[in-house]
Amino acid sequence: MKLYEYLGKKLFYRYDIPVPHGKLVESAEEAAEAAAELGEVVIKSQVLTGKRGKAGGIAFASSSVEAENEAERIFKMALNGLPVEKLLVEEKLQIDQELYLALTVDGTARCPVVLASLDGGMDVEDVAEERMIKWPVDITIGLQDYMVREICRLMDIKDDLKKEFIKFLPKLYRLFRELDAELAEINPLALTPSGLVAADAKVTIDDDALYRHPQLPRIKEKTALELKAEELDLAYVELDGDIAVMANGAGITMATLDMVQHYGGAPANFLDFGGGADVEKTSQALELLLGTEPKVLLINIFGGITRCDVVAEAFVRVRESKGITLPVSFRLVGTNEAEGRAILEKEGIKTFTSMDDAVRHAVELTGTT
Amino acid sequence: MSIFIDEHTQVLVQGITGKQGSFHTRQMLAYGTKIAGGISPGKSSQTVEGVPVYDTVFAAVEKQPVDASILFIPAPFAKDAALEALDAGVKIIVLIPEHIPLHDAMEIMAYAGHKGAIVVGPNTFGLVSSGSCKIGIMPNQYFIPGPVGVVSRSGTLCYEIVGHLTANSIGTTTVVGLGGDRVVGLNFIDVLKEFEKDQATEAVILVGEIGGSSEEEAAAFIAASMSKPVVAYLAGRSAPPGKRMGHAGAIIERGTGTFESKVKALSEAGVVVADLPANLPRLVKSALT
Repeated sequence: MKLYEYLGKKLFYRYDIPVPHGKLVESAEEAAEAAAELGEVVIKSQVLTGKRGKAGGIAFASSSVEAENEAERIFKMALNGLPVEKLLVEEKLQIDQELYLALTVDGTARCPVVLASLDGGMDVEDVAEERMIKWPVDITIGLQDYMVREICRLMDIKDDLKKEFIKFLPKLYRLFRELDAELAEINPLALTPSGLVAADAKVTIDDDALYRHPQLPRIKEKTALELKAEELDLAYVELDGDIAVMANGAGITMATLDMVQHYGGAPANFLDFGGGADVEKTSQALELLLGTEPKVLLINIFGGITRCDVVAEAFVRVRESKGITLPVSFRLVGTNEAEGRAILEKEGIKTFTSMDDAVRHAVELTGTT
Repeated sequence: MSIFIDEHTQVLVQGITGKQGSFHTRQMLAYGTKIAGGISPGKSSQTVEGVPVYDTVFAAVEKQPVDASILFIPAPFAKDAALEALDAGVKIIVLIPEHIPLHDAMEIMAYAGHKGAIVVGPNTFGLVSSGSCKIGIMPNQYFIPGPVGVVSRSGTLCYEIVGHLTANSIGTTTVVGLGGDRVVGLNFIDVLKEFEKDQATEAVILVGEIGGSSEEEAAAFIAASMSKPVVAYLAGRSAPPGKRMGHAGAIIERGTGTFESKVKALSEAGVVVADLPANLPRLVKSALT
């Protein structure tokens, strides 16, 4: 779960990480009021997308009139298709130097990693490899002071900044660990006359660990159908095509989409209804798919934990209750395959045993409807 | 011959009295796996499918040697169970559950490293040495002995591929599911190294997907250190950037982990990448001759 900048900064504040003075506003008038209070300000759109600056979603203002005008302009924008509903109005910092600092998970090393650079403020991808210090942390001992000193040496940090940095980094590590973060990134980390300040905050919390953080807000950046799928505990992603796809398992669902494209079709979605789903859950998954109004339905089942008869029964049930008329291409093999096929055949529904055949048939069907 | 596990491997089932635990204990026994015992705190007087149940892993290892443990434990409690098995000296841990918190997974991997143990998963179907020992949840009938090693990031897709092999009378030495999470124990390279050493393995199939960099790292290893032929299939050619395709690892971010970069890396390492799963038997056959 990605957090808005203002929420990330709230968490920083709680962990004693300095952030600029600021106010969250929802109207241009409020922005003007905030500017009157704070003086010279920076106005930042609160949307979950990168490169807000380049897109015009960040502005500076030196008066409340200017702040009001800029806020009005930004509220009318959509950044990467996302509407701007909130702005963060903050004091403009006097920045002597911009650094980059992040904690994230190194999947290859299977541990937390500190990323630190003296080249902050720019796209992290643009930082030269040798200027980005990467320090993997053994999670069983955590971030120790000697590690921070070593990171400072590798960064070639000057003495007074070093003192600041040695105080700063352990706080971010503590936040990262205690809040089950996947990412806690500060870019830029601003060196001001009063010390290091987190000028930005990008925090992502591990979805699988949210259950132990009831105090954190829940942020949704999904479409209505994706939210519905989440409620049903289905992995669902909307795509642009017209063949609705349902399969069991993330890898095989992806492979099914690839094959649809390989044979010249366009998938409407990714839907992995997981392993071992019962009739009820399978029916819900099917109903969800029909809600997207596809031209063709493609079902690809390789039953391991998932039982073919359960899927067949769910399909028949949904077909009866919803009156499915759209053409279906059904592939069914694995656990209880014969039982599943029998249920469908009784209803006059043909099944395939080969994934290739089923996908090809589905693509052919889009041409005929 | 096989890698990691064989007909002598003694296995524990943690969470054996649960629905999944008891069902898969039955399936594993049917496959021929030696199950030494099951763990279920407070239920030590029971047996499941004739297997004795213990309160703790320590109690089980007092009774007989144990080589591996498979966990059917809800995600919030999986860390505790995995650490218990590691602390009791079990050297192969198979983590079936999905949705284990990332920080828990990192702690498990770090501790396993200190203990010199192997972790398979989380979010894996497990591993099977065909014809001798299955520690996992895959359907028994597809895993017949033969000369091909298989290593995969995804489950059902791996069954699909092994199904194609079986249909063409090509068997497997060992099939390993790495797991779909961002932090998993064994990676491609760990498994490829073992296949390279294993005398019975003549060719290897690598089943990868978009996201992360493990296929690229595997490619570098193959180019430098593999003498045996490797063929691959990769899922996610059609996936749009920024959308997570079910597996936590399967997301293309910041231009890394794309389908194209993986195909390029593998092709340059001499790995043939199949367009379709159905093409793999033919590619493997020609690699074997």
